[in-house]
Amino acid sequence: MIDVSNLSKSFGNTKAIDGLSFQVQPGQITGFLGPNGSGKSTTMRIIMGLDWPDAGQALINGRPFAKLTNPLYEVGALLDARAFHGGRSAYNHLLYLAQSNHIPPKRVDEVLELVGLSSVARKKAGTFSMGMGQRLGIASALLGDPGILLFDEPVNGLDPEGILWVRNFLKSLASQGRTVLVSSHLMSEMALTADSVVVIGRGRLIDSAPIDQFIGRSTQSFVIVKTPDSSSLQDILRQNGASVKARDDGSLEVTNMNCPQVGELAASNSLVLHELYLHEPSLESAYMELTQEDVEFQSVISTQAVHASN
Amino acid sequence: MTTTTITSNSSNTDSKQASSAFPDLLRSEWTKFRSVKSSLWSLIVANGITIVLSVVICQAIVSRWNQRPLAERLIFDPTARSLTGIFLAQLAIGVLGVLVITSEYSSGTIRATFTARPQRNLVLAAKAIVFAVVTFITCLIAILIAFAVGQAIFTQVGAGASITSPGVLRSIIGSTLYLTVGGLLALGLGTLVRHTAGGITCFVGMILVLPGIVNALPSPWSYDIGKFLPSEAGLVVTSVVRDGAGHLLGPWTGFLVFCAWAAVALVLAGWTLHRRDA
Ligand SMILES: Nc1ncnc2c1ncn2[C@@H]1O[C@H](COP(=O)(O)OP(=O)(O)OP(=O)(O)O)[C@@H](O)[C@H]1O
Ligand SMILES: [Mg+2]
Repeated sequence: MIDVSNLSKSFGNTKAIDGLSFQVQPGQITGFLGPNGSGKSTTMRIIMGLDWPDAGQALINGRPFAKLTNPLYEVGALLDARAFHGGRSAYNHLLYLAQSNHIPPKRVDEVLELVGLSSVARKKAGTFSMGMGQRLGIASALLGDPGILLFDEPVNGLDPEGILWVRNFLKSLASQGRTVLVSSHLMSEMALTADSVVVIGRGRLIDSAPIDQFIGRSTQSFVIVKTPDSSSLQDILRQNGASVKARDDGSLEVTNMNCPQVGELAASNSLVLHELYLHEPSLESAYMELTQEDVEFQSVISTQAVHASN
Repeated sequence: MTTTTITSNSSNTDSKQASSAFPDLLRSEWTKFRSVKSSLWSLIVANGITIVLSVVICQAIVSRWNQRPLAERLIFDPTARSLTGIFLAQLAIGVLGVLVITSEYSSGTIRATFTARPQRNLVLAAKAIVFAVVTFITCLIAILIAFAVGQAIFTQVGAGASITSPGVLRSIIGSTLYLTVGGLLALGLGTLVRHTAGGITCFVGMILVLPGIVNALPSPWSYDIGKFLPSEAGLVVTSVVRDGAGHLLGPWTGFLVFCAWAAVALVLAGWTLHRRDA
């Protein structure tokens, strides 16, 4: 288990983390979400004993990272994908890490096999593609067969096959009872992968909950309806108490009414419908709604574009 | 792709209990050291220079031997002259000392290293030991060859020294130690600066530039301060014949002062290593 409590960390005048507390439970995948610069990587570096917090602490199985002897057996991490020397072979990179924790060299061959890099094990890691580098990083996290794993944007730069592989791989890790914390900006991917989410913004906790609960907190559930006679339908719906918003593509966004009600109203007024469906909140829409005020580096068009495409 | 089970039941349950032992770290640092080309090349360059310069300088001296005044022949130091190459070799060793740590920062492996071993001072100590042992052994071999070749050349004019002559063995061991400790000083500076170019600049500044600056001071100060500078203090042990009109420290005293410089750099490095974010 990972236990982060009251963590704070500043870089100069930037408050990267601000009184952050959350726990990561074993046996499930916890998605670590937040806008750019919200402090995800910093939190992970503190958990891994690389950065020192100004206040608070992060515990791994009840102990701070610096107190672990042979930490590779307890926690493995992929923090940045290209953390290897370009002139060193993948095998030697993993070998020196293994040796420092008294892990037998044959485990190096095992993890190389596991991530599918056996055939290029003796090649200079500098020649690796982005995805291969990512796999090497994952291999190093697995060396000690640890019960806790942290991955900072593991699917960044992977091809669709690689993304699928990572997704299944993370799931199998969690199903073995391991604690898995994974950060990502790909909401659709997270929706398929994560069981719980920890969402942060500007270094503070926004929410920490099972993923269904988190999505349920979003209010963005509405009916989409499309008809050739848009203005008539709008009037009828409004008269019956719905609030209606016309969208750019000619469809209507209807709240306070469900699909059957909209359909029956249309039928009783002999209006033809081309489309009728319930737009359910997704992880993405819930995330967008809940982190909106905490996006630091916001582009002017981006949020409008996202809402329009809903 | 491959299977997604991560334990293949073989490796680690028994070793899981093994306590973190320093020999594990030494093994790890040795793997790191030998698995990049820059280590090999720095050593080849350093030791190649030591040997090649010995031949060139000694030949040049012999070819002009008859023009050399008698007074100069009397204070001639065949041992030190045959080891002239260490002046250049120290730069290659210094660069290697800096690279041993800064390449970890530039490549990002430092984070992998420290997540595998959070005891950062132990990592630095293991690095220093591996680097020092490899440097000492390879430099000793090169220096012995340079000495042998040089003396073979000097014998042509009857000026060669023997390894059993007084002070000669001290000079040979001293030169090897000078290169090694110089490399450790560079390792300390590299750890403080965390940047290859910056680390090399600091090292060259301390070894080559600082003496020149202190030399510009008015006379009692120039040598009172100058003799304590790293290279001035450290180089005394490398020559058999003393010159410098008594303005220098004794050979081993000087060497201890040189060691103190390296020790200060390494201790400061270890201290900041623990306080700063990786
Ligand atoms: N080494 C550092 N020096 C100075 N500032 C830093 C450093 N590392 C992080 N920061 C700052 O801390 C804040 C949090 O950064 P962090 O990298 O943790 O965010 P993140 O959530 O991982 O972002 P992203 O999604 O873009 O990866 C940012 O404002 C960043 O500029
Ligand atoms: Mg990040």
